[in-house]
Amino acid sequence: MERVPILKIGDILLVSIQLDMSDQTAVQLQEDLAERIVATGCHGVIIDITALDIVDSFVGRMLSTIASISKVLDAETVVVGMRPAVAITLVELGLSLNGIRTALNVERGMELIAAAHADELDYQLDDDPDAETASP
Amino acid sequence: MTAGIDLGQPQAQSVRSDEDVVRVRQLVRAVAVASKLSLVDQTKVVTAASELARNTLVYGGGGSVEVTVVDNGRRKGVQIVFADSGPGIADLDLAMTDGYTSGGGLGLGLSGSRRLVDEFQIETSAETGTRITVTKWSR
Repeated sequence: MERVPILKIGDILLVSIQLDMSDQTAVQLQEDLAERIVATGCHGVIIDITALDIVDSFVGRMLSTIASISKVLDAETVVVGMRPAVAITLVELGLSLNGIRTALNVERGMELIAAAHADELDYQLDDDPDAETASP
Repeated sequence: MTAGIDLGQPQAQSVRSDEDVVRVRQLVRAVAVASKLSLVDQTKVVTAASELARNTLVYGGGGSVEVTVVDNGRRKGVQIVFADSGPGIADLDLAMTDGYTSGGGLGLGLSGSRRLVDEFQIETSAETGTRITVTKWSR
């Protein structure tokens, strides 16, 4: 069975799916990613599907599951690079990709993750009583 | 892999493993390109084939897929037959409902793939298994 490589770039894990995945490969990727998120403490996952010429219900469900798993592990998932024909087909198939954030390309995906992480840090700071006394 | 296939002849692919589902996708794509389907229509028919080939494997216990270039005089198209000798589909209306699944899926395989093709025929019985024929025409 082939495996999809997971690259770490700073605080982000980047997965660029370059092969026509069998269902087993897709399930393996789910598990590998969960492990890498915990091992690295990364706060963002970018899944680049530029090279995928179809997304069927199995892969769609895998993407949703990865997003849910990473959410639980304190990481944000962004799916990038979906082809227009794939988007049209997904909608007609009836797949809604629940809970998945998307961006047009890797660069925008990284911005989205950085923004989401910054918001979270702000929120934590606001909650911090020390931070409050410091700024009257 | 699919180079040099004779598209005048039906192309057969057995479906015994999830690698075979990948092969079905690649075969259908090659035939869809040869039938001059648009990129969106290629994507739709390959997606439908992926769903139905997975059903053949998971629910039908494996089977075979045959892909043919068809021509109705005005347009070319791709016709795909998915056949298994599994237990058949007990309640076809229910199985065709969005969101219904008897397995662990999303329940979009049958209903969703019907929307992605132009013609969709299904014959199913407990004795002979399930046979689904789909056709996608070029525009």
